[in-house]
Amino acid sequence: MLETENLGKTYPTGDEALRDVSVRIDGREVVAMIGPSGAGKSTFVRCINRLVEPTTGSIRLDDTELTALDDDELRDARRNIGMVFQEYNLVERLTVMENVLSGRLGYVSNWAALRRNFPPEDVERAYELLELVGLNGMEDKRVDELSGGQRQRVGIARAVVQEPKILLADEPTSSLDPETSRDVMELLTDIADDRDVPVLINIHEVDLAEAYADRILGLHAGELVFDGSASNLTDESKGVIYRGEEPPESTATDPDWLSGPDDESSARNGQDAGSDRLPAED
Amino acid sequence: MATESSSPTGSTGAADRRTWRRPTAFRNRYTKWAVYGAVLALIAWSVASLRITPGRFLSGIGYGYELIDSMLPPETGSEYTLRLFDRMIETIAMAMVATVAGIAISLPVAFGAAENISPKPTYYLSRGTISATRAIDGLIVAIIAVIALGFGPLAGIVAISFKTIGFFSKLFAEDLEDIDMGGVEAVRATGASRFQSLVYGVVPQVVPRFAGLAVYRWDINIRSSTIVGIVGAGGIGVLLQRAYQRYEYDYVAAILVAIIAVVLVAEFVSAVVRRRVQ
Repeated sequence: MLETENLGKTYPTGDEALRDVSVRIDGREVVAMIGPSGAGKSTFVRCINRLVEPTTGSIRLDDTELTALDDDELRDARRNIGMVFQEYNLVERLTVMENVLSGRLGYVSNWAALRRNFPPEDVERAYELLELVGLNGMEDKRVDELSGGQRQRVGIARAVVQEPKILLADEPTSSLDPETSRDVMELLTDIADDRDVPVLINIHEVDLAEAYADRILGLHAGELVFDGSASNLTDESKGVIYRGEEPPESTATDPDWLSGPDDESSARNGQDAGSDRLPAED
Repeated sequence: MATESSSPTGSTGAADRRTWRRPTAFRNRYTKWAVYGAVLALIAWSVASLRITPGRFLSGIGYGYELIDSMLPPETGSEYTLRLFDRMIETIAMAMVATVAGIAISLPVAFGAAENISPKPTYYLSRGTISATRAIDGLIVAIIAVIALGFGPLAGIVAISFKTIGFFSKLFAEDLEDIDMGGVEAVRATGASRFQSLVYGVVPQVVPRFAGLAVYRWDINIRSSTIVGIVGAGGIGVLLQRAYQRYEYDYVAAILVAIIAVVLVAEFVSAVVRRRVQ
């Protein structure tokens, strides 16, 4: 279970990338976070494993308060958070197997890491995952010989081999063609089901989000302006997310488009939106 | 500057064409010509103050001809050749040891001097070390080493190792700064320690560059180890110096031929290895 409360990030340059984002993600949910470029999607995902340090708010993963951890504790906590990247972020000159096994580095000694000496159960798990993502027999290929889709599968295997409590994906399809993008989304949703782990995907292709996600979060200018199921994502809500339009009056009687599965993750729409239309809590 | 072309009523007439000139890197054209003039004057002054007259130049050519004449044919007597061979082995051995020692010292300095993986204080300390070792020329270091450690190859090894640090650390640090940090970030995000992300994320990316640079520096060190002997720091330079002093110019020629041969072979090996690893 991942829960963020009033999460905010202001970069040293003064840019406020994220403001008061409160979200709760549970079970085996596939959650897609959509929004225009610069809305803070990446910042949000990166705050969760503190690749970016949040400036305000809190993040809880199960019972661990992530924002309060020191370096050593953070390393332990990161083992429970799998992450898939837009540019795959593999180590190009290493083999597929080494890249997958790097997901287990948090559990082995420095010496073992140097000698690539992983416990047999880790290696077995890595083989199983390579089969799952459709890369059987590729373990000794160097990653820079692979296609984009294959690389992203290695990235996914690396994240899943961690046996994480949550899987984060930061624009996992942006560098892929449409066909491969769908394969990758399918793989991610399958993993959520099979492994019983929630998946948070930040994505700018709305159709993919609608097709594969159980739930959609909409960010606009660093604020959460939509939280609901994919079927509730109307043209009006897209207008709110992508163009910062004020929600039309008619939706005031139908709060469903704005409110999420629970009250905690309610959306706020900044200064310009009438607060009467929003599930106010403070 | 000047605004000759602007008419008070605006720019509608055909007579009022706008002109354009490429902007100069200097503030304006007068400055530009002043700088060019100053540079020329400086060169002229340098030539004049050295007092190299055409007559002096011609007599110099005459001496040169005599020198080459006395160098030919190179000395190939077996005793001379044996001594040459002996010193050449020492030269190559010096270069080898100095390369290994220099690179061993360079590695921590290089990692420290890579801005993307090193904390700020370490970064400045390492950059300072690099600049200091680069500032002093190899021969000066060799002279100091000879004074400190006495004549012989040990002084040469110390001097060449010292010069290796500045070169190798600087270039290797630049390679480290050029790596793709994405992979490193991902490794860090799995919960790996600092050391683990270094050996798993950073090192694999720079191994080929490391090998290439090491061989390149080895080939430079072979050249350096032929010269440090001039100041008594071991190697074939000692022999060369002695031959000059005894006016054995035919032996000098033999030594030069040997140096050229060894350096060419080293350069060839270095080029082949570097092409292979990259």
